Amino acid sequence: MLLIPCPYCGNRPEIEFAYGGEAHVVRAADPRKEDDAAWTEFLYFRKNPRGDHAERWRHAFGCGRFFNVKRNTYTDHIEASYRIGEMLP
Amino acid sequence: MQRYSALALIKQSLNGHKGWKPQWRDPEPKSSYDVIIIGGGGHGLGAAYYLAQKHGIRNVAVLEKGWIGGGNTGRNTTIIRSNYLFDESAALYDHALQMWEGLSQDLNYNVMFSQRGVLMVAHNVHDEQSFKRHVYANRLNGVDNEWLTPEQAKAFCPPLNIAPGMRHAVTGAALQRRAGTARHDAVAWGYARGADALGVDIIQNCEVTGIERDATGRVTGVQTTRGRIGARKIGVSAAGSTSLVMEMAGLRMPLESYPLQALVSEPVKPIFPCVVMSNTIHAYISQSDKGELVIGAGTDSYVSYSQRGALHIPMHTLEAICELFPIFRRMRMMRNWGGIVDVTPDRSPILGKTPVPGLYVNCGWGTGGFKATPGAADLLAYTIAKDEPHPINAPFNLERFGAGRLIDEAAAAAVAH
Repeated sequence: MLLIPCPYCGNRPEIEFAYGGEAHVVRAADPRKEDDAAWTEFLYFRKNPRGDHAERWRHAFGCGRFFNVKRNTYTDHIEASYRIGEMLP
Repeated sequence: MQRYSALALIKQSLNGHKGWKPQWRDPEPKSSYDVIIIGGGGHGLGAAYYLAQKHGIRNVAVLEKGWIGGGNTGRNTTIIRSNYLFDESAALYDHALQMWEGLSQDLNYNVMFSQRGVLMVAHNVHDEQSFKRHVYANRLNGVDNEWLTPEQAKAFCPPLNIAPGMRHAVTGAALQRRAGTARHDAVAWGYARGADALGVDIIQNCEVTGIERDATGRVTGVQTTRGRIGARKIGVSAAGSTSLVMEMAGLRMPLESYPLQALVSEPVKPIFPCVVMSNTIHAYISQSDKGELVIGAGTDSYVSYSQRGALHIPMHTLEAICELFPIFRRMRMMRNWGGIVDVTPDRSPILGKTPVPGLYVNCGWGTGGFKATPGAADLLAYTIAKDEPHPINAPFNLERFGAGRLIDEAAAAAVAH
């Protein structure tokens, strides 16, 4: 089980959290101008790397807030957590 | 190839079983092949076998980074069924199920396919409506599936608890009698032996590190940890690592890789006659011929390539098992492991051509690829040999996401495979 550092509450066990997928996936500012390829990319394609991965978590059974985590998907080692709006460390 | 039979067994027993030969060679890679299959699991080995057997393409190599059958082929819970909701899925999975029925004879290798029946239990009104819809849809597609009352389910699977006082009482069940289990390792070994006998090179400990393309974009070969190998066509059947392999050809895939866990109990005498699945309280269970209860858990929630998951996932499953089968409450679990499954947005596989000429892909089987092994292998071989998909796998193309023609088993096939 992961020990996840919530930027607001500190280290807590994984069962308190909900995973929210890849972080920094930005919805287009004007969706009407997006073509099919861009929509397909936005809806269905994710990086899925073996290595460093920026991902969104929510402290669902704690403070309830969203934040981002940088985790290595091969070792499951969490390198950093940071608040929404902050840059990837 | 040394054929296996009762007579061969008697002959070998007369000289102390010293005459058995290795089931496949361990060749050095040649400088080039007509077709290279990346991934030596059941799907990849099977594709090589059918390329040689059905399409006469024998200059084929299977490249495996570890040992054959050491990935998800050797890690799954061996459940085989075809009771999927949509027409496209029913055709695909039932094609596989029909091939399972003759596989041991075809390969001259006992894959221990056992049609013991898969019972999917319902716990509430939603389950009943959903499963009955599956039963009707399956029957229209010629796939057997029937609805049982709790009492009939109990008669079919005596350890099942149908007491009305349960937290999640059993209100009925859908039963596919042709479904069942097979011996997963034997599937990999049987295909390897069959393919090898037809001239296919099975190259283990050979990790692909790059895919070469010429100026037109067409594939020309692969770079591996055992040197460069040329190829006119490449089939990728790499399960959880598919994203990484396809990236070598400059292709991104609509896949995410998750750990999926399973566990087995200590071995006991035959107690459990079928496969039981519960989507609602999330458990599936059968008993292997060695006597272990084979129990499948769900995926972990996050993307990972670590081949292990967190303990709370199997704990959740075991709580469900203990409620459905109080008889197992004092059993001890012996081993627990994980495999990496590649999941598509619609939970249906991707099987067909790619935008790169000469590159073909079979991936996205998510948590339920084992059941499709012979069918997926057959269809991948067909697609590679003919350079066009078979009508059965044509809907499972890579373009369906952009076109909006999803085959959305995500809700229909439910959580468990």
